[in-house]
Amino acid sequence: MASTTRSGLLGEPIAWAKRNLFNTPANSVFSLAALWLLWKTIPPLVSWALIKATWTGDPAACRAAGGACWAFVTEKYRLILFGIYPFEEQWRPLLAVLLFIAMMLVTANPRFWKRWLSWMWLGGLAVVGVLMWGGVLGLAQVPNERWGGLPLTLILSTAGIVLSFPLAVLLALGRRSKLPAVRAGCVAYIELWRGVPLVSVLFMASIMFPLFLPEGFTIDKLLRAQLGIILFTSAYIAETIRGGLQAIPRGQYEAADALGLSYWRKMRLVILPQALRLVIPPLVGQFITTFKDTSLVIIIGLYDLLSSTKVALSDPQWRSFYAEGYIVAALIYFVFTFFMSRYSQYLERRLNTGVRRG
Amino acid sequence: MTGTGAMPKDEIAISLMDVNKWYGGYHALRDVTLEVKRGERVVVAGPSGSGKSTMIRCINRLEEHQGGRIVVNGTEVTSDLKSIEAVRHDVGMVFQQFNLFPHLTVLENLTLAPLWVKHMPKPEAADIAMKYLDRVKIVEHAHKYPGQLSGGQQQRVAIARSLCMKPSIMLFDEPTSALDPEMIKEVLDVMVELAEEGMTMVCVTHEMGFARTVADTVVFMADGQIVEKNSPAELFGNPKEERTRQFLSQIIRH
Repeated sequence: MASTTRSGLLGEPIAWAKRNLFNTPANSVFSLAALWLLWKTIPPLVSWALIKATWTGDPAACRAAGGACWAFVTEKYRLILFGIYPFEEQWRPLLAVLLFIAMMLVTANPRFWKRWLSWMWLGGLAVVGVLMWGGVLGLAQVPNERWGGLPLTLILSTAGIVLSFPLAVLLALGRRSKLPAVRAGCVAYIELWRGVPLVSVLFMASIMFPLFLPEGFTIDKLLRAQLGIILFTSAYIAETIRGGLQAIPRGQYEAADALGLSYWRKMRLVILPQALRLVIPPLVGQFITTFKDTSLVIIIGLYDLLSSTKVALSDPQWRSFYAEGYIVAALIYFVFTFFMSRYSQYLERRLNTGVRRG
Repeated sequence: MTGTGAMPKDEIAISLMDVNKWYGGYHALRDVTLEVKRGERVVVAGPSGSGKSTMIRCINRLEEHQGGRIVVNGTEVTSDLKSIEAVRHDVGMVFQQFNLFPHLTVLENLTLAPLWVKHMPKPEAADIAMKYLDRVKIVEHAHKYPGQLSGGQQQRVAIARSLCMKPSIMLFDEPTSALDPEMIKEVLDVMVELAEEGMTMVCVTHEMGFARTVADTVVFMADGQIVEKNSPAELFGNPKEERTRQFLSQIIRH
């Protein structure tokens, strides 16, 4: 827009501010208060995080500079990212993380929604397993007590989401089944898992569950936690999907019935594609929750991203720089969850083309 | 499965014997008895709530009847999945609200059942679909989504979708009631054409013009019962029952 007003260059911003920030006395008060708050917080923050910050060096250098001590992160980033995984072998979890991210990016593109995707994931997860565990192909074996950091977070959350999803679909369908036994079973499952906090599920998985197993028979702690997360998450996702199923008009079921489609084909080809589309926003919300909730495994002694940050901070030399450590961990969580939420918006827009016109 | 081509003309396609249905305490169908011959065109008329839709929806088991018997092409309609499958294989249905699948293109709507129910190879299913789209004059919209079409176009697609399964019987449940007036004709034209080709049809409709020109038999229903059944000329020109006369005078008034 060409600005040819008498006030020149500032004319438009001033007009905009008058229209939007100072249009009523109350708004003027709020605007001034907000400006004052920004003035009080932003400059000191910039000064702390950037201007006075120390990027490399030792704790003494940090203290001398007085700003943020990113040197802590420079020093400890491998411990934060990969936990206590053997230092020389950390290229393996790095590769695993990159593989995860690559597979997520491929999956995110609707062009690739073909059958081979599931094979890619199965293959990819197998490769991740080999990389992390080792013991074959000349890789040294790393027991999973030593796994940690970002790869562990990604494994727990991705497997939690991917594997709970099909279970959730079955539960949602089961809860709407005409067979009373199936319905009752699904209701009981869903209400039971939704009725307990994830923390107690993880406790049960790690402490109580082994008590019920026969002598000499053990299931790995990580696997137990993973199972707990899957079963727990599936109950929530099931309810989300059920909401979508309820929104599909009866006519869609009847048209599929009249064409002779069997129950499972009707669901897979007609009902679920529409129902899932409707619940993308809450579904992604649930995925984000699951991603963040994996940090609760700290209480049963697994070292996910947040726990490994804590471990890094336990070094007495660096202990006072916890803010920097947690900011970095938070930023890593944020990058992933922000991508998920932006992606869900993109997906909604894309899947709605052609469907809701007219 | 019954082969439809070999059946003699006089054979009974659909027979309802003393069919009863309740919704809770509400008696929706009372001793409904009706026979439809192969190739016969039956129009079902009656005030709303008279059980017309319920009756035809019992024929392909979208509704369950609780008393009496329904036999379609020699197969009794029961809760047995095999019998339901056999009946739905032979019976196509067109709904008031079209019920196209909004997430699929027109062509995908048509090929879905041939691909997944009849396990037809994809090119063959697409060929058949295009043939029927041509017949309902909608070929140029094959790759659009239902939401991009007008109501009349959607209903013609719905008819083509049913025909792709090569049914021997077609049920129409108020196919023009949800349409704007200017679109009713294009749908009725397709139905007339279908009737002229000898399709067995049971059609619930308020289009009395259609009934006059196409129907072999008009059935008048009220309160869950068949009140009167006759040729269109007789039923419209010389109704025997008071209830029929009353209904006809009501719909002719506007």
